[in-house]
Amino acid sequence: MPASVPLSWYLILSAVLFGLGVAGFIYRRNIITVFMSIELMLNAVNLSFVTFSYGLKQVDGHIFSFFVMVVAAAEAAVGLAIILTVFKNRQTLMIDDVSSMKY
Amino acid sequence: MTALIFFIFAGIAVLCGVSLVVQTHPIASALSLIGVMGSLALLYLQLGGEFIAAAQLIVYAGAIMVLFVFVIMLLNAGAEGVSRQVSAMARYAGILLLASFLGLISFIIQAALPKTEGVVFGAFQGGTAEAIGRKLFTVYLLPFEVTSVLILIAILGAIVLARKEV
Amino acid sequence: MNFLILSLIKAAVVAFVLLTALAYLQWIERKVIGHIQLRVGPYRVGPHGLLQPLADVVKLITKEGVMPSNVNRFFYLLAPFIAVVLALISIAVIPFGPQITVGPVTTWMQLTDVNIGILLVLGISSVGVYGVALGGWASNNKYSLLGGLRSSAQMISYELPLALAVAAPLLLANTLSFRAMVAQQSGYWLGFIPRWNVFPEILGFSVFLIAGFAETNRVPFDLPEAENELVAGFHTEYSSMSFAAFFMAEYANMVTVTAVATLLFLGGWQPPFPEPYSDFIPILVFAFGGLIALFHGLQPARRKDKYTFPAVAVVFFGIAALFGLSLFVPMLKAALMALFWFCGKVGLLLFLFIWVRGTLPRFRYDQLMRFAWIVLFPLAMVNLLVTGLVVALTSK
Repeated sequence: MPASVPLSWYLILSAVLFGLGVAGFIYRRNIITVFMSIELMLNAVNLSFVTFSYGLKQVDGHIFSFFVMVVAAAEAAVGLAIILTVFKNRQTLMIDDVSSMKY
Repeated sequence: MTALIFFIFAGIAVLCGVSLVVQTHPIASALSLIGVMGSLALLYLQLGGEFIAAAQLIVYAGAIMVLFVFVIMLLNAGAEGVSRQVSAMARYAGILLLASFLGLISFIIQAALPKTEGVVFGAFQGGTAEAIGRKLFTVYLLPFEVTSVLILIAILGAIVLARKEV
Repeated sequence: MNFLILSLIKAAVVAFVLLTALAYLQWIERKVIGHIQLRVGPYRVGPHGLLQPLADVVKLITKEGVMPSNVNRFFYLLAPFIAVVLALISIAVIPFGPQITVGPVTTWMQLTDVNIGILLVLGISSVGVYGVALGGWASNNKYSLLGGLRSSAQMISYELPLALAVAAPLLLANTLSFRAMVAQQSGYWLGFIPRWNVFPEILGFSVFLIAGFAETNRVPFDLPEAENELVAGFHTEYSSMSFAAFFMAEYANMVTVTAVATLLFLGGWQPPFPEPYSDFIPILVFAFGGLIALFHGLQPARRKDKYTFPAVAVVFFGIAALFGLSLFVPMLKAALMALFWFCGKVGLLLFLFIWVRGTLPRFRYDQLMRFAWIVLFPLAMVNLLVTGLVVALTSK
């Protein structure tokens, strides 16, 4: 086991988590789980930002990561409000059942 | 020691990520996502991002995920049923193959790039709250103010959408 | 000494003292509330009920743990675990005193100092909401679900005024670590008024304490676990050690909130008077307590008091003698004095918590949420803005 971890391993972890997020986004049917896969993708991107910030020895990556978190919070609030409205109107959380535009 | 901590928490993060995608009940997925966020917070600490690690715990794991958990409990979301005639073996194998495919591609790419130094805990001291605060309020002041307006719009939107119709 | 071994010893001492203190905090609460309600509280198990916590622990361990039938076992068992682990972890960054030298070892009276100390405590209390929410949901019971949701909504609503009230002394202290914050509050104005943050920030201190009441689900904000409204709320279905875990988590949260209030606002372990005069105060306090106990022992109200009160008096005089002895041993003096002032301030705030519990009625849920968003949050924000303005105008 090496004494220090190469920077690229963090990037590989970020890629793996991003891939898992994409898999969940494409594959799952429950809309809340789809939304959580989006959050997983955003987290993977945050890790990549912080890793590059370490590599370039600058703090700007942390700031980008901070903005990603803030935008994710805003998106989660509005997205969950939309999910609540869809549930109120269609009584279902499966995205396959919300397939017709006509109510 | 750095490598040991990295492997443990990267392993936990990948396991929780797989569990997020594979579990049927949304609450189990939500808890797995909280596990991912916790292990990522530790990895940020290792990379010298102490403020971002604390912000991840306070904002992401402590507020956004609480919102998710609330909505799941309020809507009484149950476990998903059996999905479109895909066997369990194909489901698990597909997800793992996708993740490992991406990992393999990244590994090949990074092996071709020039070698950089490794991560040593404590080598990057610039991730303090003071450093972030300085940059945030001088260089990135415009994005900061625009983000505040964005949050205000999001709050208004959420209230309007989820309001009871009188 | 090796850093690892030293940390293990410190962790063991802190864990042992904390768990004993939590048990006896419950005894103090029952006695104080009993006397507020003109009754005696626990009296029979051991002298003045001092062995009551032990009896409670034995009862809770040997009681049958009933698990309801249709629950999701994993979440049902996970919830008290999360609650108690997160409540106990916050103590790791709280300093109890300055740097002391015990034999060959020089160390701070703190488990670990991180640069982001206060942010870590805020983060852990944010994640601690899950213990309550999951406990309420996993019990498969509509009262528990309602109690759990209400309690978690209350906790996250009051986190905002808490964080804003914390931000104002951070502006004054210019640092996030607890050690530096206490160091910034040293010194005296006009020679005798301590430079604690509570004097410029009295509004912030009150907002912090009120939000602290709500964060720890204490009266007057304890509707989610009220016995006559929601059948004990989110911990209805938990019995024996799981219930003990939730209980312990509530008291540990109380200790954390009061400790953070002491460090941020009340100057931590620093005495309120300049050094040579304040050394006699612990001796005076304990000697006075011993005299009162002796007085009551000589005129006993009940037959048992003829023996117990003089014993208490002897113990208090012994502690006063120990403080007197420590004046001549500098190694002991720094540690004991710091512990006395820190525990004294934390004890006063905990007594305030218990006193309020015995005195005030509880808020209705909509009144509670209204109070958070319409009263406390603007107050905390105004406090922060005024502090920021003053700091910006007076700094170079």
